[in-house]
Amino acid sequence: MAKKIPRSYEQDIVGDGIYSIRKVLEPPQESPNHGLKYALIGVSALFLFFMLILPLIVVVWNALREGFHVYREAILDEYTMKAFLLTLAATLCAVTVNTIFGIFAACLLSKFYFRGRQLLATLIDIPFSISPVIAGLLFILTFGNVGWMGEFLKENGIKIVFAVPGVILATIFVTLPFVFRELFPVLSAQGKDEEEAAALMGAGCFTIFRRITLPHIKWALLYGMILCAARAMGEFGAVSVISGHLRGKTNTLPLHVEILYNEFHTTQAFAVSSLLVLLAVLILIARNLVEWKRK
Amino acid sequence: MEQQIVKVKNKKGIQVIPGFGLSLGVTLTMLSCLVLIPLASLFLSAGQLDLKEFLAVVTARQIVSGYVVSLSCAFFAALINAVFGLILAWVLVCYEFPGKRLMDGLIELPFALPTAVAGISLTFLYSDKGWIGTLFAKAGVRIAYTRIGITIAMIFVGIPFVVRSVQPVLEKLPRQYEEAAMTLGASGTYIFFRVILPELFPALLAGFGLALARGIGEYGSVVFIAGNIPYKTQIAPLLIMTKLEQYQYADATAIALVLLFFSFVLMLLINSAQIYMQRFSRS
Repeated sequence: MAKKIPRSYEQDIVGDGIYSIRKVLEPPQESPNHGLKYALIGVSALFLFFMLILPLIVVVWNALREGFHVYREAILDEYTMKAFLLTLAATLCAVTVNTIFGIFAACLLSKFYFRGRQLLATLIDIPFSISPVIAGLLFILTFGNVGWMGEFLKENGIKIVFAVPGVILATIFVTLPFVFRELFPVLSAQGKDEEEAAALMGAGCFTIFRRITLPHIKWALLYGMILCAARAMGEFGAVSVISGHLRGKTNTLPLHVEILYNEFHTTQAFAVSSLLVLLAVLILIARNLVEWKRK
Repeated sequence: MEQQIVKVKNKKGIQVIPGFGLSLGVTLTMLSCLVLIPLASLFLSAGQLDLKEFLAVVTARQIVSGYVVSLSCAFFAALINAVFGLILAWVLVCYEFPGKRLMDGLIELPFALPTAVAGISLTFLYSDKGWIGTLFAKAGVRIAYTRIGITIAMIFVGIPFVVRSVQPVLEKLPRQYEEAAMTLGASGTYIFFRVILPELFPALLAGFGLALARGIGEYGSVVFIAGNIPYKTQIAPLLIMTKLEQYQYADATAIALVLLFFSFVLMLLINSAQIYMQRFSRS
């Protein structure tokens, strides 16, 4: 690419000559295949409209169909509020655990070389390749009455399956690789020279992390946390298996939507869904802001 | 003195950065507690299954049809996603137009929107009385409560995987190849299929694989639109769910194992195809 010089300055020095040179050097502008361009943009826009935007419109339209009064009642319903709080709690736990795990695992795999790195990376990715329903099943087989820890937990009066801890555990499981996946490429690309220099100058591991590693991964970390929050908030399959659908106790918002829908309270189901849509849109905006800041 | 010793040690490949033990400990502990131990209990309870019983469960007609529905719908959904995902990535990278940023930001919507919400919303749209469903119903095509509906739900959840796999590769693709082909007189279609597509293919395949895996395991968005008619529109994760609701844990474990096996084999196939392709394009 030719350097962009203000025209007046250019004219002062070389006159108009540089323009003719640039015309030769610069590749011709995009081939004028406008028909194809607009056809492809049209196809993309149509696809996005029918697959992604229309479902959102449907949710809002259905939620408000029977008037604002019904909508407000559905949202302020006792069970909806409890489900909302549980979803919030599970999301917070998942993001916290994810952040801690993501930072440690990403540092471990990018800054240190040891046998079995590849294997460890594969193991961390397991939750992504497992169906959420199977993820829920795993916890039932571990902590449930049939599980090998079931006896022990029963004797001590700890309830995990069909209780809040199970919901939180399942949420953590399905979101585990998110932060790691965002941090790992960034840390690998950065290399470890800076950390080594700091270590040789006598810095401790927390100083190195706070002063060198963290500034590099700030935005990637935030990005990963946002993605993790989005997934945790909407998790359905795994939570559905392990929660037992106890109203007001182990119901998260997505499960509450399912119950309302199956009881033919369609308007209420869409009203509660609209809450989740709002959260999803907020998360998307946050994601785009972070992406924009990163660049 | 001390620093020199450390330096010598480093030449032998010994770590200089402190905190190895700490991060290894934390990572392994958390990974074991959250992933490995639960996963081990799946195999533990699988070990208690009787082989005869196991085969009887997984070859029952209902279960087999569940696998067929899950795998075939996920395959078609991933195929359609590969086509539209490529077009979307192409449009987002190569063209400038108003609303491009909005379009780019929308791609992640299926990640952010809870699957249950997507499920009931798509069911409403595509049922016989829904906005789009009525149009197709007039033509005699039912979408909701058939395999077409399942495929549509899987397209919804899978599209970001393909776009986000292809997009970065397309951005880094050097324009020289394209220009060289152009100066040699190649036509637009020829350039696309012989120059650009081979470069994108590994990324496209990776996106296809991710969308496929997601489709096979998908439960939330599919369960509403599927209608769950035995032998026709019951997906494999739903069958696991039904067995769990009847407290038949052994059966659920058996179905889950086979489903895991399928996903594992598919991933292995796609990974090896990718490696083969990369070697092929380099040589």
